[in-house]
Amino acid sequence: MASETGIGASVKRKEDARFITGAGNYTDDINAAGQTHAVFVRSPYARAKINGVDTTAAAATDGVVAVYTGADLAADEIGDLPCGWLVKSKDGSDMVAPPHPPIATQAVNYVGEPYAVVIGETLEAAKNGAEAVDADFEELPAVVDLATAASADQIHESVPNNQAYDWELGDKAATDAAFDSAHHVTTVDIVNNRLIPNAIEPRAALGEYDAAAGTYTLHTTSQNPHLERLVLAAFVNVAPEARLRVISPDVGGGFGSKIFVYAEETAVIWAAGKIRRPVKWRADRSESFLADAHGRDHVTTAQLALDANGEFLGLRVKNKANMGAYLSTFASSVPTYLYGTLMAGQYKTPAIYVEVQSLYTNTAPVDAYRGAGRPEATYVVERCVETAAREMGIDPAEIRRRNFIQPGDFPYDTPVALTYDTGDYEASLDKALEHIDYAGFGARRAASEASGKKRGIGFSCYIEACGLAPSQVAISLGAGVGLFEVGEVRVDVTGSVTVVTGSHSHGQSHETTFAQIISDKLGVPFENVTVLHGDTGRSDYALGTYGSRSLAVGGSAIIKATDKIIAKGKKIAAHMLEADEDQMEFADGTFTVVDSNQSITFPEVAFSAYVPQNYPLEDLEPGLSEKAFYDPPNFTYPAGAHICEVEIDPDTGVVEIVDFVAVDDFGHVVNPMIVEGQVHGGLAQGIGQALLEHGVYDDSGQLLSGSYMDYTMPRADDLPSFTVDTTVTPCTHNPLGVKGCGEAGAIGSTAAVMNAVTDALGVASVAMPATPETVWRAARGE
Amino acid sequence: MYHFTYHRPSTLEDATSLMSGAEDGVYLSGGMTLIPTLKQRLASPSDVIDLGGIAGLSGVTVNDGTATVGGMTRHAEVAASDAIPALADLASRIGDAHVRNRGTIGGSIANSDPAADYPAAVVALGGTVHTTSRSISAGDYFTGLFETALQDGEIVTSVDFCVPDAAAYEKFPNPASRYAVVGVMVARCGDCVCVGVTGAGACAYRATALEEALAADFSPGAVDGVEVDHSEFNSDIHASAEFRGHLVGVLTKRAVARIA
Repeated sequence: MASETGIGASVKRKEDARFITGAGNYTDDINAAGQTHAVFVRSPYARAKINGVDTTAAAATDGVVAVYTGADLAADEIGDLPCGWLVKSKDGSDMVAPPHPPIATQAVNYVGEPYAVVIGETLEAAKNGAEAVDADFEELPAVVDLATAASADQIHESVPNNQAYDWELGDKAATDAAFDSAHHVTTVDIVNNRLIPNAIEPRAALGEYDAAAGTYTLHTTSQNPHLERLVLAAFVNVAPEARLRVISPDVGGGFGSKIFVYAEETAVIWAAGKIRRPVKWRADRSESFLADAHGRDHVTTAQLALDANGEFLGLRVKNKANMGAYLSTFASSVPTYLYGTLMAGQYKTPAIYVEVQSLYTNTAPVDAYRGAGRPEATYVVERCVETAAREMGIDPAEIRRRNFIQPGDFPYDTPVALTYDTGDYEASLDKALEHIDYAGFGARRAASEASGKKRGIGFSCYIEACGLAPSQVAISLGAGVGLFEVGEVRVDVTGSVTVVTGSHSHGQSHETTFAQIISDKLGVPFENVTVLHGDTGRSDYALGTYGSRSLAVGGSAIIKATDKIIAKGKKIAAHMLEADEDQMEFADGTFTVVDSNQSITFPEVAFSAYVPQNYPLEDLEPGLSEKAFYDPPNFTYPAGAHICEVEIDPDTGVVEIVDFVAVDDFGHVVNPMIVEGQVHGGLAQGIGQALLEHGVYDDSGQLLSGSYMDYTMPRADDLPSFTVDTTVTPCTHNPLGVKGCGEAGAIGSTAAVMNAVTDALGVASVAMPATPETVWRAARGE
Repeated sequence: MYHFTYHRPSTLEDATSLMSGAEDGVYLSGGMTLIPTLKQRLASPSDVIDLGGIAGLSGVTVNDGTATVGGMTRHAEVAASDAIPALADLASRIGDAHVRNRGTIGGSIANSDPAADYPAAVVALGGTVHTTSRSISAGDYFTGLFETALQDGEIVTSVDFCVPDAAAYEKFPNPASRYAVVGVMVARCGDCVCVGVTGAGACAYRATALEEALAADFSPGAVDGVEVDHSEFNSDIHASAEFRGHLVGVLTKRAVARIA
């Protein structure tokens, strides 16, 4: 039953009081006694051989404590930064990843790559020292263009053709046959623009070494502190896991960019041991632009084969993905297992074949960014579907209806390796059509035309695979780690509850949502539940937060632990009430003997567990604290319908989003207000990709969009007032019936916007971002 | 930020004398450009001379058809004044609220950023720039990219604007920075029409071909026949020179439509 603070209630966020009063505790807020400051010296060139780095003057600079180059890390056997997902090429060969030393040794391969680190008594001293580092570079021609990278100069000695892998998925012969029998073939050429994540809090790290204990503590802005620790311990050789604690305190946004293990925190924690003093680093915004992993950046050709009735027969996708200069932590998985597997979308397309060639360029590494592969896949599918509808003269809503997987078809095996458990795609589309007043669009378009504007409407019926992931599936596909989650429920002596989760909140509101679950399940007042996270010293090994997995996987672990608490509580209660354990029921915080008026409250049971006087110590351990690991049996499949309506000023090319409707099926929802907020943020990022954001390098590999003067972050006045609604088909395989909501907005919205822009202009395609000049030229038929 | 010596003089004389005695001094007005530049270590002046302590440099007054804006007047104050509504409108669209409450007109026009808004008004409203040593007419003031007629040590003390019969400012903001990709101020004073353009070229200028067409026929349609020469215009990732040239025409038409 939904209470005011239970599952289904829009409880105000516990986190907000400290966040909006400046009382948050972020990495850069933490200072250690004797702390020093690190500044990284970064390559001004996109590609250059390092003939030598002279640190003499830097080391002699006032206040400089130490200067290190890649050679110093190598001498201490600090290892390369690894990629954690092994993807194989069509011919069965392993992907090719170049060596990626945290601090460059032989060569620099993108502007911003660190080649030295200077540690100073103050930040200013470190900056002065950094300016005094003298490197002898031999500049080489940069490889920047993805489309031609395979035939350009070879960047890494060990990587022929600059190719990481050439991967495929699906049945090529069946797909070719589908095209042979097609009535109509639609072809779209797509450039999925490069994005730069821009979390509000830049990355930061504070490394400390306790010489007495021989232990390291790293505070850093990580979405997954355990993964950070695992990589630093097992691959980079900083210290064994047991002597390394990683803490991610409050973190201000990640969007994927804080999943990865980067050079900076690696150098900082190593250097702390080297100089035996704490070392602090916090990125400037300019450094974030240069050295955070970027997102997306694909060049794709896709073809959809249809029969005369507009039913999809086959989909063929040929894609190039930009990896940047090195293979970042999960970069290889994004354009493959998080992309090709989503090409069925919401449709019964019987034959699909996807080829992906991932290539290196002299640009910042590219990795997962909100949605990670699934926005790219949705963009391909939904641009194809909308274009096919227009080419065949079929209403875009109708063509989707003709091809939707139907509610009776689940569980549904797609031709690209996934099994969807549940969904009702038409229900979401119908609701979205109603909200947007689809029937009235013609009149609105006529009104726009009368005032010299062009109006268009665009659809996007997306699906995503979330709740990453069934460990055995992921490992069989190349993942180097399991993807379960841990949850611990510690009932305190007086009945309040402390939850320790392996999930990590960097904006997701776990402290509120998880407290709602506990309050609902155990009948404990919401304010008496505290959620702890982000500390390898507090929780067991866990995998953190990305892929919209926290509630579906982390929440399920907490539910499992809660079930164990209730089961033990029943034993204790049965003893106290002198009843049979089988006769005990638990609801609303009270244990009751069935069909009796005998009952005892949850706090009384908890107290008895810790002050075990009337307690069956011979059969039962004291205490009331349980832990559970949860490994999901399948992905979850959030899906929905986004419809965008735009009005374009053909004189200036300005696109105004006049209406945007998102109807999403996230399964059950714990806190509707928080979910709506997540959708809003995702929509802003998806719309940002469509209209505003663009990471641009020039031909020499210099980043032209390296600040907010040139990189257009979406602002409130760029966005409409969203209409957000939900439909519900509960996930069939997790205890809460939840699917995840963190990425949906960014996954679905981009295609809806671009479908609306092309509809308004009456053109086949417009490049993203659809900036005023791009749209102005398209409106003129250029 | 590198080390520098900070001064806060209380008179213009002290300010100019501090500047002449400095090895490599800079004036600090609102600091909206200088402070970020210093923070990024892109400039290393020996002395920063803050003009904020000098009385009498701020405010908007109107006398005999001339509006005078003190050099240290904040954008927000101009935005709130009713001296010239089109100038107030322009000022209200500079940057964001923080910038408008710190940035000054003197600082803006001394910097002569090609994408700043004020220069369009200075050239369109027949402005005169008064400094510590002389008066410079608008036509002579802006000389190039971040270049003005100001000599070393000269401080902008006030700017005179002719109060027009009617005027309007149209701005096409850069989607990222919200500076002007192109900004056009059209002003009409009797039979005379002035069109001041910012953002398009190296510095603000008067579009004489448009002015002549509008003097003959003050209507949006009159703009259609004028070819805007964009051969010397700026080009960047946000707008090509050609698009800027197109926008000059579109914004001029819209400004005229608001007045006519």
